[in-house]
Amino acid sequence: MENLLSIVTFIPLLAALILAVFLRGDDAAAQKNAKMLALIATSATFLLSIFILTGFDPANTGFQFVEEKEWIMGLKYKMGVDGISILFVMLTTFLMPIVILSCWTVTDRVKDYMIAFLLLETLMLGVFMALDLVLFYVFFEAGLIPMFLIIGIWGGANRIYAAFKFFLYTFIGSVLMLVAMIAMFLDAGTTDIPTLLTHTFDTGSFSLLGMQVVGGMQTLMFLAFFASFAVKMPMWPVHTWLPDAHVQAPTAGSVILAAVLLKMGGYGFLRFSLPMFPVASDLLAPMVFWLSAIAIVYTSLVALVQEDMKKLIAYSSVAHMGYVTMGIFTANQQGIDGAIFQMISHGFISGALFLCVGVIYDRMHTREISAYGGLVNRMPAYALIFMFFTMANVGLPGTSGFVGEFLVLMGIFQVNTWVAMFATSGVILSAAYALYLYRRVVMGELIKEALATISDITPREKIIFAPLVVMTILLGVAPWLVTDIIGPSVEALVHNYHEAVPAVMAEVAAPAASH
Amino acid sequence: MEKIILFAPLVGALIGGFGWRIIGEKGAQLVTTGLLFLAALLSWVVFLGFDGETRLIELGTWIQSGTLDTNWAIRLDRLTAIMLVVVTTVSSLVHLYSWGYMAHDVNFDEAKGENYRARFFAYLSFFTFTMLMLVTSNNLVQMFFGWEGVGVASYLLIGFYYKKPTANAAAMKAFVVNRVGDFGFALGIFGLFYMTGSIKLDDIFVAAPDLAHQNISFLWTQWNAANLLAFLLFIGAMGKSAQLFLHTWLPDAMEGPTPVSALIHAATMVTAGVYLMCRMSPLMEFAPEATTIIVYIGATTAFFAATVGLVQTDIKRVIAYSTCSQLGYMFVAVGVGAYSAAMFHLFTHAFFKAMLFLGAGSVIHAMHHEQDMNNYGDLRKKIPVTYWAMMIGTLAITGVGIPLTTIGFAGFLSKDAIIESAWGAHTAAGGFGFWMLVIAAFMTSFYSWRLMFMTFFGKARGDAHTHDHAHESPMVMLVPLGVLAMGAVFAGMLWLSPFFGDHDAVNKFYGVPTHEVAVAEDGHGDTQADDHGTTTVEADAGHAEVVVADAHADAAEEHAAGWTPGSGAVYTHPDNHVMDNAHHAPKWVKVSPFIAMLAGLLLALWMYIWNPTLPGRLAKAQPHAYQFLLNKWYFDEIFDFLFVKPSQALGRFLWKRGDQQTIDGALNGVAMGIIPFFTRLAGRAQSGFIFTYAFWMVIGVLVLMTWLTISGGAE
Repeated sequence: MENLLSIVTFIPLLAALILAVFLRGDDAAAQKNAKMLALIATSATFLLSIFILTGFDPANTGFQFVEEKEWIMGLKYKMGVDGISILFVMLTTFLMPIVILSCWTVTDRVKDYMIAFLLLETLMLGVFMALDLVLFYVFFEAGLIPMFLIIGIWGGANRIYAAFKFFLYTFIGSVLMLVAMIAMFLDAGTTDIPTLLTHTFDTGSFSLLGMQVVGGMQTLMFLAFFASFAVKMPMWPVHTWLPDAHVQAPTAGSVILAAVLLKMGGYGFLRFSLPMFPVASDLLAPMVFWLSAIAIVYTSLVALVQEDMKKLIAYSSVAHMGYVTMGIFTANQQGIDGAIFQMISHGFISGALFLCVGVIYDRMHTREISAYGGLVNRMPAYALIFMFFTMANVGLPGTSGFVGEFLVLMGIFQVNTWVAMFATSGVILSAAYALYLYRRVVMGELIKEALATISDITPREKIIFAPLVVMTILLGVAPWLVTDIIGPSVEALVHNYHEAVPAVMAEVAAPAASH
Repeated sequence: MEKIILFAPLVGALIGGFGWRIIGEKGAQLVTTGLLFLAALLSWVVFLGFDGETRLIELGTWIQSGTLDTNWAIRLDRLTAIMLVVVTTVSSLVHLYSWGYMAHDVNFDEAKGENYRARFFAYLSFFTFTMLMLVTSNNLVQMFFGWEGVGVASYLLIGFYYKKPTANAAAMKAFVVNRVGDFGFALGIFGLFYMTGSIKLDDIFVAAPDLAHQNISFLWTQWNAANLLAFLLFIGAMGKSAQLFLHTWLPDAMEGPTPVSALIHAATMVTAGVYLMCRMSPLMEFAPEATTIIVYIGATTAFFAATVGLVQTDIKRVIAYSTCSQLGYMFVAVGVGAYSAAMFHLFTHAFFKAMLFLGAGSVIHAMHHEQDMNNYGDLRKKIPVTYWAMMIGTLAITGVGIPLTTIGFAGFLSKDAIIESAWGAHTAAGGFGFWMLVIAAFMTSFYSWRLMFMTFFGKARGDAHTHDHAHESPMVMLVPLGVLAMGAVFAGMLWLSPFFGDHDAVNKFYGVPTHEVAVAEDGHGDTQADDHGTTTVEADAGHAEVVVADAHADAAEEHAAGWTPGSGAVYTHPDNHVMDNAHHAPKWVKVSPFIAMLAGLLLALWMYIWNPTLPGRLAKAQPHAYQFLLNKWYFDEIFDFLFVKPSQALGRFLWKRGDQQTIDGALNGVAMGIIPFFTRLAGRAQSGFIFTYAFWMVIGVLVLMTWLTISGGAE
């Protein structure tokens, strides 16, 4: 199938259109139909995406399954995957059926809800597959809209504030990225990503507003992209939209936000910043390291004192994303392998943790930690699953959470031991906040009257968790399943990076020293 | 066969944990215990039939990333074989013991369907599996897997009584404090990978001599690589083995059921740190400064924990501090380079300490879960078997034997081996270790006999009803006590020669090519390795300098002689003569622990049998000293003040001031002008207009695109 990528990408959109056009009414039957169609569409997407995986040749570090067509107004529609992007595609298609299943009990405007998720899936897949700057930008920005709606319409009490905060933060970053993209186009004369990857952007220093810009255009472009991706990750100090967005988002929205949307930032760094602006990356890597190390320590400490379960997990996400940004800019095999692994793994684990919160939120309609306590007495199966993902979240070896963290730390140790030490201290803090949460929610006597009749997880909920448990263990015990696929592409990326840096760095350093 | 040993406990844990609804709780107990006994039996077969040759059994691939190559594998050498028998033997006996101990539990209400037994046995088996992963690993990352795995099992079992807030707090504390150690361990692994390009044991062992004269840049300055990395690994060992500063979790861990304390917090998991240090002996031998620190920390821990043990009244806490103290002994042995002595004490300690805990469990069981020794007394007629078992354990831990011979209880031989080794180091640190350990031996004897006297002698002080109804434990609990008692009596005498005999016996045991071979081909005239009497002169010049100075020259020669670090289970540097010096220690050195033991016994007799009002008067006369010891030197309070409270305060500050005021304040400063405007619009969004705005955003994007296209098309 030569159009496989497009087929996979647009099945959800097709399903969304069918829902929008043909489904009428809002009774129980119509709601059921909407959910069923969404489930079938996302499942079909997943099954088809398996063909991408089986047909993918890891040894080939170029783009595969490439499709190229003329699009509107001279623009190109170009899609493809390589070792860096393919697993994000798989993560997205794998998680979507789970996300749809998790909103099975929603009754409010179900049709629109399903449309939003289906639309979102198409846009997310597009981001990871697009091989044209404009196409990438369209997918990247348009993805904001369904998420914005999901928070703004189906969210909690303070959803409007959270939705706009989410939108403004991410949109302001994107505007800068757009400017940089235009500059890239003017410089390279193309928007084709594979071509841009081989283009060397100017690194000659120049003066801007009286300030010497070391690394020249690359530095400016890097910073513009950085503004967008750093917000998306999110990195400290532009992370404050995330806790609010998570707290207000409905469970399924939180899951997709944490599991996939955050990864767009990391993917962007890997696709654009590191390979296209290697000199600027090298110059600014220390800044990224320190922002990441601060993120890990700072947000872990903040997580320690949270009173809202979702906020706690959101802060924990920021800390975990700190490992990702740090790993990417180590520009060595372990660091980048670890960063990609961490993103994939975090997709399963944080998704599952938000689902864990969703389970009890559905029953008690509160996220206050102090409203719970002693759940193990009535919910043993839930306690077990929550325990499992808590341990995965703190990076227990044998779960996927360990591998990414470990590789990243191994990578950063080779580059900067101070940062490595601060980042490694995250393993202590994460244990503290995660177990403290678990202790307050699950352990102890069940004394709160409201909880006296709470029921354990249902078979539907078990089905939702089962694949996440399996993946977390599988990738923890056999991480080579992932590293075999990403390894060669990462190796090529690292190789090209180090080819590009020293030659140009000498030029950059010389004039900088003479000034 | 090794695979069966390794995976039988995992299979048991899975069947017991998930399948008990089908096979029943009895079935789960039967399966887990049966598989553990199978593993124990096979372990003894492996141990007794092992020829010393290191063997590797590959199980599969694990983490692969660039030059990092991690496999699942079993490394079978003497150290592994020792740990296999220790772990599986104690574990299987503890499984059996738990049939009786866990038969009824006041913490759970079975009438309300609270089943706990299958869960307990599954946890025990899971622990055993992770512990075996730790000791069989062939690389540091798999060891880290086991290392953290036992931490989780320990967490789950300490918090087994999940309704008790104290148990939950203790479980969390154990995990977090252990993570502090893991922090060091992880940095050590990263550093070793950075320096040697591998995390495989064999590669690291071969690279160890070079590390001794390489520098590593870490934090603010350059360090000697071997010393720094050895020290980082030692931080990990400190956490797991509850050494000073990272010891606070161990006494609290007594919140778990008593069989857990016997298995995890006495015999196996807490000795993992000692195992790690012995495993890394090729690195330790080239890290003189790190090992000096180890001696000081170990000796101080032995001393500190013993002082606290003097005044505790909770029977389990006394034994817990005793464990902490005995672990300090083992670290002193590691620090002075007597790895075999450390393993010897680890081996014998597993038997007698597990038995003391199980004995204490039997007492607690008899006394209806009363743990305060103030409420015991006069129990020796009530529970005679337990009494005799505890008596044997006490004789073993205090080190009773015939001085200057090799006849005695297990602890007599292994503890004296360590004390003599400390002396044999001929260094300032060794001297400090020697005296600290002798003093600790005195206190060990005192608190152990105090425990015996308060529990089994004197008048019954507690609830008369409980005392009258105190009953002997069932056979399933007494049989493990009997087996362990055999170990406590004979383990020392039987295995003295391979662990702490002459060169040939020890080398053969660990599969190390003999010194004669190495020295003969050495041609360096380094004959003092076998020249027992005359080693002191050169060693006195300073163990540390000798090793450093000779490291480079020796390394090459050792390679030539085929006697490289890692060719046996334990490596001793040609200049390491601790064992020989220990064997030729003067008589006063050899009898000093025995005298200390006698003095401790006499003092205990005087204070708790002949003059039982004395302890109370003493406590009143010296209230500050008493409170200081009773409150464990205030470590918990200090740590709470230094670490726990500040991190919470800092977290709150960063959240409220940092996130909410500064960041949101600054970044939203502009945005907040806009948001109210949007919010007004959004008021209508509620009624469904939001799609319109979404539509306008798409339009906006399209406009930008169009502009781009036109400007691009123009070129």
